[in-house]
Amino acid sequence: MQNGSEPKKHTIAVLVENRFGVLSRVAGLFSARGYNIESLSVGETLDPTVSRMTLVVRGDEFVMEQVIKQLHKLIDVIKVTDLTEENHVEREMILLKVNAEPASRAEILRIADIFRAKVVDVTPTTYTLEATGDETKVTAIVELVRPFGIQELVRTGKVAIARGAKARGRKAEEKLGKVVEPAPASKEPVRDIGFED
Amino acid sequence: MKLTGARIFLECLKREGVDVVFGLPGGAVLPVYDALYDFPGLRHILVRQEAAAGHAAEGYARTTGKVGVALVTSGPAATNLVTALQDAYMDSIPIVAFTGQVPTHMIGNDAFQEADNVGITRSCTKHNFLVKDGKDLAPTIKEAFYIAATGRPGPVHVDLPKDVLVKEWPFEYPEKISLRSYNPTYDGHPGQIKKAASAMLRAKRPVLYVGGGAISSDAAAEVRRLAELTQIYVTTTLMGLGAFPSEHPLSLEMLGMHGTYYANMAVHHSDCLVAVGARFDDRVTGKVEMFAPNAEIIHIDIDPSSISKNIQVHIPIVGDCRRVLARLIKEVEGETREGVPSLVREARKQWAEQIARWKAEFPLRYDWDDEVIKPQYVIQEISNLTRGEALIVTGVGQHQMWAAQYYRFKHPRAWCTSGGLGTMGYGLPTALGVQAAHPDQLVVNIDGDGSFVMNSQELATVYESRLPVKTVIINNGYHGMVRQWQEIIYKERYCAIDLSASPDFVKLAEAYGCVGIRATKPSEVVPALEKAFSTPGPVVVDMQVDREEDVFPMVPAGGANKDMILERPNKDVKAKAAKSQTGF
Ligand SMILES: Cc1cc2nc3c(=O)[nH]c(=O)nc-3n(C[C@H](O)[C@H](O)[C@H](O)COP(=O)(O)OP(=O)(O)OC[C@H]3O[C@@H](n4cnc5c(N)ncnc54)[C@H](O)[C@@H]3O)c2cc1C
Ligand SMILES: Cc1ncc(C[n+]2csc(CCOP(=O)(O)OP(=O)(O)O)c2C)c(N)n1
Repeated sequence: MQNGSEPKKHTIAVLVENRFGVLSRVAGLFSARGYNIESLSVGETLDPTVSRMTLVVRGDEFVMEQVIKQLHKLIDVIKVTDLTEENHVEREMILLKVNAEPASRAEILRIADIFRAKVVDVTPTTYTLEATGDETKVTAIVELVRPFGIQELVRTGKVAIARGAKARGRKAEEKLGKVVEPAPASKEPVRDIGFED
Repeated sequence: MKLTGARIFLECLKREGVDVVFGLPGGAVLPVYDALYDFPGLRHILVRQEAAAGHAAEGYARTTGKVGVALVTSGPAATNLVTALQDAYMDSIPIVAFTGQVPTHMIGNDAFQEADNVGITRSCTKHNFLVKDGKDLAPTIKEAFYIAATGRPGPVHVDLPKDVLVKEWPFEYPEKISLRSYNPTYDGHPGQIKKAASAMLRAKRPVLYVGGGAISSDAAAEVRRLAELTQIYVTTTLMGLGAFPSEHPLSLEMLGMHGTYYANMAVHHSDCLVAVGARFDDRVTGKVEMFAPNAEIIHIDIDPSSISKNIQVHIPIVGDCRRVLARLIKEVEGETREGVPSLVREARKQWAEQIARWKAEFPLRYDWDDEVIKPQYVIQEISNLTRGEALIVTGVGQHQMWAAQYYRFKHPRAWCTSGGLGTMGYGLPTALGVQAAHPDQLVVNIDGDGSFVMNSQELATVYESRLPVKTVIINNGYHGMVRQWQEIIYKERYCAIDLSASPDFVKLAEAYGCVGIRATKPSEVVPALEKAFSTPGPVVVDMQVDREEDVFPMVPAGGANKDMILERPNKDVKAKAAKSQTGF
């Protein structure tokens, strides 16, 4: 639609029925409508009949409004929350297998220490590091160890949770319908009726 | 009580009030056909290709307001059905389609006639289910009907593995269902409705833009009441035809690509556009930046995702058209008690005069010819002879647009056309579904020669099942709509449009046991139609019309509605249209 704002990243939490096929419904929605998912993670919640997905999507205001409405429209979707709009915590875990020659081993361990990453596997030539953090932290550690040579990198995709005592509820109708200011033209005086164009 | 899955399936249909099923058997679904053999009270109509089962269910659903049912086997039958599912999905038609599936233990093994049915239909249904356990069968069927019929209606697909159908399961029909994740909103927000009422009453050039949602919510009476109460002109979409009588003085008829001049002009100049169950489709808006540029837009729709999808809406109201309109009428009645402000009254008078001028300037028109049948004339005569009371179905193409323009619609749920998907071949199968639901009413399928042959095998179905559908083929020997585009947009570089090698449609009809009639001159049109409509069984009329007639007005795709082409364009206009579309 017209006048979209700048595209930005949104982190969306989706509660879904823990049923056969629900992941492909969500993934299918994104591919069918041409939205891009940057990351997606899924897991069971406290209630085993409900799963929670965390999606990271890039889009302008209008795209995001449609993404959220379209998610709501899926029958198996119970609740959608755009966490970007509120105070929330985001985490991602990565596993990094890094070349670790004798000369660089100490330096790699130092970096790991700074980021509170764990060494989870050691071979004579590699370290495998496990690190958790928000996007900035995860990107930073990757960049710092890159010069040593990264053999393999695995990211879980983001998980996110709202801060505070309670998760946010479903959005209200106005929010879904999105009220906008009336077109200024409708305020013109009566005598201006004209049909020239 | 223990019953086979197949029997449970039939019991469930009965409890859902299903009286007709459109289907075609095959290996995986044979247990159901075996149970059907001596199951009372359910009519099965055997179609000749599975897409027809889906379309027939659509016709049944659209004209009755009930859910239509299709039943087919696995693999190729399920894939044949896909077009009808997507058609129903685009046009929000409530159907439930059942497919057979290989036994659960064989799923995923590339078994004979296996296809990933639910994988395939996921994107063309409102929801779908694979029943893996017999104890889920009854609840799933109940949910399927509920989901299809409620909220924004749509197709639901249920995949039934053979072993689930064969084995015995305890049967208890669930009285209630509760889906925590599915709760459509029916009542509009009172505050929003109030705002809408005052915007409408303040408006000097308001227009009601009424779509298919007004049909599916049975809101025609409310639309009319609101229009008359507020003296607001009404235009309908292709899917909304019948929601407001074509001949009503406040009617602007259809808007959009092939809408009337006056509807498009009124919308373009309107200062308040009230969309009622319409989804701002690109065939309606044309170039979106130029659509109703000065209007405050009110949108009533049950599906929040329809709102502000293509056009930014100022006053959204999420809810069912009928309920929202009923409430809106009350608000308006309240507000008009003191009378309408004189400024507004004066402006409205000018608006009415302007609309009358537009109507007089460019009414729907065509050139008469004494020798050659004009397709528009055929539609006018169908309209006259049926007094607007027939149930009308169409194919896709020019004839569909002429039917929309020239048939004088009186009632809702009396018009079935493939709007969103534009599925050629939709006509005859849909018409047979309509006829099955309304055995005593006149059902006319206005078809194209190209569209008709995409499902002409269904003549066997109408013959066998005594469904007296009257098909009128507007036979121009072309893929006419495509020819029109090639003429106007592609510099008359005609390619792959000539259908003059079509079969003799009279003989074709006769080969199927139907009656065939041909008309080649204008004077033969009325007699041919009269004969068709008075013949008891199914009839095919081959109306050989002007081969090169075009549909006007026309807005080239992506153009602005106010720049519509009103008559056969000269070179300059064509060059301009070609450039805007193809860039050269
Ligand atoms: C060759 C061709 C040419 C065409 N030219 C035109 C043209 O000139 N003009 C034109 O109008 N169309 C034209 N169409 C059709 C067009 O493609 C769309 O199908 C049509 O415009 C959509 O109609 P609609 O907006 O009424 O929406 P529908 O598809 O009928 O959708 C209904 C809307 O109502 C909502 N709704 C459903 N139930 C309810 C309820 N109970 N309460 C509230 N809301 C509800 C739905 O959520 C949806 O938003 C053409 C099609 C073809 C094939
Ligand atoms: C299944 C399908 N294939 C192709 C098209 C593209 N198409 C739209 S209209 C049309 C021509 C229709 O010809 P006909 O049914 O004879 O109708 P006419 O336009 O001549 O009235 C075609 C090929 C379509 N809508 N549906």
